[in-house]
Amino acid sequence: MLGYIIRRILAAVPVMGCVAVFVFLLLRLTPGDPAAIIAGDSATPEQLERIRATLGLNEPIYVQFATWVGRLLHGDLGVSLISQIPVAQMIGQRLEPSLTLAISTILLSVVVAVPLGVLAAWKQGTWIDRVVMAFCVLGFSVPVFVVGYVLIQVFAIDLKWVPVQGFRSITRGFGPFFERAVLPTVALSFIYIALIARMTRASMLEVLGEDYVRTARAKGLGETKVLLRHALRNAAVPVVTVIGTGFTLLISGVVVTESVFNIPGIGRLTVDAVLARDFPVIQGMILLTSGLYVAVNLLIDLSYTLFDPRIRY
Amino acid sequence: MTTGVLTRSLRSAARGIYLSIALASVTVAAPVQAKTLTAVMHSDLRVIDPLITTAYITRDHGYMVYDTLLAIDSDFKVQPQMASWTVSDDKLTYTFTLRDGLKWHDGAAVTAEDCVASLKRWAKRDGMGQKLMDFTASLEATGPKTMTLKLKEPYGLVLESIGKPSSLVPFMMPKRIAETPADKAIPEQIGSGPFKFVQTEFRPGVKAVYEKFTDYVPRSEPASWLAGGKVAKVDRVEWLTMPDSQTAVNALQSGEIDFFEAPPIDLLPALESNDEIVVRVLNSLGLQTLGRMNFLYPPFDNIKVRRAALLAMNQKDVLDALIGNPKYQQICGAIFGCGTPLATEVGSESLVKGNGMAEAKKLLAESGYDGKPIVVMAPTDVAALKAQPVVAAQLLRQAGFNVDLQSTDWQTVVTRRASQKPPAEGGWNMFFTNWVGADIANPVVHVTLSGRGKSGGWFGWPDDPEMEKLRDAFARSTDLAEQKKIAAEIQARVFEQVTYLPLGQYNGPSAWRKELEGVLDGPAVPVFWNIEKAD
Repeated sequence: MLGYIIRRILAAVPVMGCVAVFVFLLLRLTPGDPAAIIAGDSATPEQLERIRATLGLNEPIYVQFATWVGRLLHGDLGVSLISQIPVAQMIGQRLEPSLTLAISTILLSVVVAVPLGVLAAWKQGTWIDRVVMAFCVLGFSVPVFVVGYVLIQVFAIDLKWVPVQGFRSITRGFGPFFERAVLPTVALSFIYIALIARMTRASMLEVLGEDYVRTARAKGLGETKVLLRHALRNAAVPVVTVIGTGFTLLISGVVVTESVFNIPGIGRLTVDAVLARDFPVIQGMILLTSGLYVAVNLLIDLSYTLFDPRIRY
Repeated sequence: MTTGVLTRSLRSAARGIYLSIALASVTVAAPVQAKTLTAVMHSDLRVIDPLITTAYITRDHGYMVYDTLLAIDSDFKVQPQMASWTVSDDKLTYTFTLRDGLKWHDGAAVTAEDCVASLKRWAKRDGMGQKLMDFTASLEATGPKTMTLKLKEPYGLVLESIGKPSSLVPFMMPKRIAETPADKAIPEQIGSGPFKFVQTEFRPGVKAVYEKFTDYVPRSEPASWLAGGKVAKVDRVEWLTMPDSQTAVNALQSGEIDFFEAPPIDLLPALESNDEIVVRVLNSLGLQTLGRMNFLYPPFDNIKVRRAALLAMNQKDVLDALIGNPKYQQICGAIFGCGTPLATEVGSESLVKGNGMAEAKKLLAESGYDGKPIVVMAPTDVAALKAQPVVAAQLLRQAGFNVDLQSTDWQTVVTRRASQKPPAEGGWNMFFTNWVGADIANPVVHVTLSGRGKSGGWFGWPDDPEMEKLRDAFARSTDLAEQKKIAAEIQARVFEQVTYLPLGQYNGPSAWRKELEGVLDGPAVPVFWNIEKAD
């Protein structure tokens, strides 16, 4: 197992390297100039040129790349071209809101979706199944910003139970954190509940038709034990994959939700950086995201061994 | 169960859950609450050196942290702010004297040497400053609180330059900071303005925080535009970034923020109908929206084609698409902005009346235009710049132009417009932008009028020595009547040469909660001194 983990981590290095080269070249080939955003609308071409020279943007691409890689190898992601703040610091400031939102969304989604999926599979073809599936279709179909605005209108503006927007660190007290996190979590969970519930139902239906489930029932096991111990555990592998991928997607950016609820997360940082052509920030973000994908995929693969003892690495 | 009963039950249940959670949570001892004003500005603050960028948000940040030697009041008159001045009889020597009690945010006293260094750095960056220095023989500190500016010849805009209200503003900073090379961002935010910048809480794209500078000594006169007493009446100002305007409107209505600088016009009805919200235009000079052609390449290197384009335009169509609310838009033929001392309607008839299409078609047919597509850049990500290219493209098509409307993002526009390559090789023929009134209020500050051509001119690069002569004549004039006459000549030349296409004026209102009192009007707003916040 340890050897497998080390091999996977080593295999991630060339992947990250390819990502770094690709992203660097792609950004330099895309039209756009951070100097223009820094200089503002009434800057003259001469002023722009001087700012470009100050930022090192006039250097040949290979020189810029070598400088960036050199810094990266020393663990330095560079400095934002626009705000002159270290990229690592900017990402660090935005990580907590994104992580918190991702964890709370996945938790809520799993807690709601897995029982719903199991229930729908168990009661396949009944009105319960149809209601759950109708909810799933709704969850997929209604855009997250619509759900967000409806929740804000009802719970923040009409009922005044929670604030309209913002984020508070959990270190400043659970109450302020909770009242600001609850609406974005619920809004964002809709689609993940739909996704995970459907996946759980499909997986469960497949497993419920297996011989060992029939055997378990035949030997007189209670339905709850059959469903949870025999069926759900065997149906868990694809569900865990979806949860893991969903978690990575959530961390790497949910721009719309972050904008609607004014959460200063990683998604907004990335979009702002792209619009401003803030190359070091974009590069840092993509490296972080690709690293996260590699890590989460490894964790998902390792978690398979918990659900299916036949899987060995 | 009625809806009301159900709602009450749900509410009390939720309160119970919330209360339990709140009680169970770790609570932090709350310090005495400082009076905080929370604002959502028109964009997020990213660049904090007010002389590196002309971005208006950075200018607004500058007014929080830095002070100016002189400032403009609501009568367009330059008034003393940090300094008073005297002028010699031959109008060649200006002596500025700093008032007592001025301190930097690090506690050091403001000296004339600091201010000289600040003016010199500003003059390297700003067009109006460069012009002032062209006329300047020397600028030096002649005492701890006195500085002297000697001119080579009389110059009519000395005070207007040093009291310039909009970007780039001659803000004062300590000498050690002002000596930073003009193209490099300053390392510290130490000003002498009414608020201090809280660097440790600055998170670009999230928030910027300012605290009252308790050692600031305001002038005794009442505040008027950017002049008079800058009295900070709140302890702390927080600028929050909210990318979604609907969220900002909701937050203002619920009382989570106090001030929203630029609510979109289509969301105004919700705010205007709310008794707890004030909606008002703060900058009566507003913004001018304009189109610019590339003079380097066909067809706009041909004056007849440019005139045809001008005749095809009409401001009403553009403003209706851009704003769509007569309360906040104004058809305006004055290139220096309606409501300014130099405003005149000379030469703008077809634009204002929108009656030039027939003549535009005729002139274009006579011009020799070969039907080659003209590249019009259309940014789709900035609400204030979306409509103009689309409307203009349609009007140009009606006149007979073959228009290649290229949708893109604003960042690509600002990069591409700097390209002097032919349109087919990554260049362009036309783009649109907006100017704040203060940045077009006279011929020197109005960079769009520059006739310096390929080297030294603004994007589009018209080569017009006659225009430069007129701008110089304006700068030399020290008589308002003569300045007005020259300004009218400049405007006539703009429409004769079609230097650019002025497409109308608009004023975006700001909105704030009724708890705020004393919000100031001005040409570079919002400013946060003078604002009181009721408990």
